[in-house]
Amino acid sequence: MLRNNHSKVILLMALCLSASQVMAETAEEKGLRIAKAAKARDQGWQSSQADMAMILRNSEGQESRRALRIKTLEIQNDGDKSLTIFDHPADVKGTAFLSFSHPIEADEQWLYLPALKRVKRIASRNKSGPFMGSEFAYEDLASFEVEKYRYRYLRDENCPEQTLECYVAEYYPNDPNSGYTRQIVWLDKTEYRPWKIEFYDRKDALLKTLTHHDYKQYLNHYWRPDSMLMENHQTGKSTELTWENYRFQSGLTEDDFNQNSLKRAR
Amino acid sequence: MLKPLLSVLTCTSLLWSITGQAVSLSGSIAGELRYYPDQGLYTDQDYQTGLSLSAQPEFYWASESGNDSLLFTPFIRLDQWDAERSHADIRDLSWIHVGDDWELRTGIRRVFWGVTEFQHLVDVINQTDAVEDLDGEDKLGQPMLNLSLVNDWGIVDLFLLTGFRERTFAGSEGRLRPALPVIEKRAEYESAAEEKHLDTALRWSNSYDLVDLGLYWFHGTQRDPELQLTLEEGVPVLTPYYPQMDQFGLDLQATLDSWLWKLELLYRDSRADDFWALQGGFEYTLYGIADSAADLGLLMEYGWDQRGTRASSTFQRDLFVGARLALNDAASSELLFGVGHDLDYQSQSVVFEASRRLGGYWRISLDGRFFSADEPVDPLYQLRRDDHLQLTLERYF
Repeated sequence: MLRNNHSKVILLMALCLSASQVMAETAEEKGLRIAKAAKARDQGWQSSQADMAMILRNSEGQESRRALRIKTLEIQNDGDKSLTIFDHPADVKGTAFLSFSHPIEADEQWLYLPALKRVKRIASRNKSGPFMGSEFAYEDLASFEVEKYRYRYLRDENCPEQTLECYVAEYYPNDPNSGYTRQIVWLDKTEYRPWKIEFYDRKDALLKTLTHHDYKQYLNHYWRPDSMLMENHQTGKSTELTWENYRFQSGLTEDDFNQNSLKRAR
Repeated sequence: MLKPLLSVLTCTSLLWSITGQAVSLSGSIAGELRYYPDQGLYTDQDYQTGLSLSAQPEFYWASESGNDSLLFTPFIRLDQWDAERSHADIRDLSWIHVGDDWELRTGIRRVFWGVTEFQHLVDVINQTDAVEDLDGEDKLGQPMLNLSLVNDWGIVDLFLLTGFRERTFAGSEGRLRPALPVIEKRAEYESAAEEKHLDTALRWSNSYDLVDLGLYWFHGTQRDPELQLTLEEGVPVLTPYYPQMDQFGLDLQATLDSWLWKLELLYRDSRADDFWALQGGFEYTLYGIADSAADLGLLMEYGWDQRGTRASSTFQRDLFVGARLALNDAASSELLFGVGHDLDYQSQSVVFEASRRLGGYWRISLDGRFFSADEPVDPLYQLRRDDHLQLTLERYF
């Protein structure tokens, strides 16, 4: 009798499990599935180089300019390695930044200060701080890793660029040092490109909106936006970020991302 | 004064002719105004304001592949009062050749080792350009051959230092100097080879997750001279004496969340002494204070020298506390404030440095140094009337 009941329960459980897998994927599972698909869609580019320009605008419309170059090395099963070289403003020209990012553990970061010829290991704790005084936080520019967030799918709707349809999902950062409680992300259904991200601050109020514009395809596969606009709704400030001169698979190796290459970066 | 300037010009034109138009030019020009609230203590120091101009252009060229590059950085300063502070130097004139996991750096270069903020104890390759500032961060270019080898277990650097640079000292009209002027041209050496002694150094450094570690051994001419009291035409003066030394150094930083733990340690064996010295402490950063973008770093360091009050260093048993405020705004506004307290002499020195960017090419800074010392045997006692404020406007290009 007892044995009979037991097997019935197991059968019931098995039925429920298989049914939910087929028919009733939860919003969390669907969010994770989409994020994994987006990551998989963008893998295999190996290395990239690009020039970045930023225009910072305050609420009175005053502008200041930033220029830098970024080399990135894709690392399988870990965060990317990157080397950033600052060209403008002139007082930070020649400063360089080396980062080994990790999905869960703290990133390793070094700054090279050319005036003193000094390499400084810096704390990576400050993810939420502004990058070069802009509206982009360090974490907004970090490589996307699935493990960094928990997910919840919300709905399908038209992308901000009306011709495409988007998945809309919430991303909850796992890092307690993140400046956000959540992000709402619009990814198009065909190529999994992010078109819009809303950032909610630690009090869960809408802080910033990021929109991506003018996607271009590289190596017949990888999509990158030519420009990104970050608007801060609480301060009225904004930062326009443009990418130029993208090169993929240009032969960068681990040797281009150590303290020697940091010191001679120009 | 003229000779170094001429060699600078010759080098510049040489570099231009080798490399044609591919040379990139950057660098800066700065004007600095110092104000001393007190008259100087010593003769020839009867002024309270001083103006000074400096320029440090930088010429850089790299081959198409990036495997070869040339760097040329001349420096010149003109000082209103001090003929010794008016000086020129070649900070860098070097060629780098990069292989797969090695690089060879040949020529005049600057190399920095260390992790702490209030004293640069283990930094040894370059001579300090002491007329520039008290913080020991300005260095004279050092001729060298440096082979750097990248391994899985760390980076190994081999140095052959060809030729020694003598430390610069303020002239008799200069402020911020000992009671007696230092006569550089009367420098003496332990080595019969004098300033032509070949110095050698070997360094290993590596990063382990949260820890960055460096170890080195240096053999050669001591960078910080002993100052000897002698007579010049019947007048007492100080002359530098440069002994030979063997020095072992260690620098260590642990980067743990908001904490940076730092240690510099050295052991020196020279004719006069063998001793240990250390500088260590922490920097703790509060991120986004008061819901703003600003970061506040709190620093504490301790400096110790086994020789105690016999030490040539002024940091023989000193405690340092400081704060670093970075507003993280568009102008990169920063403020650094620090106090050093000498536990043997009960004297204090206070430093602050505030700066912000003006537009895309200018930076303005206001620095202050204040000294309080009552014991005549305390090295700081000689600077007790040299408190000053310094306003610097720098144009970068």
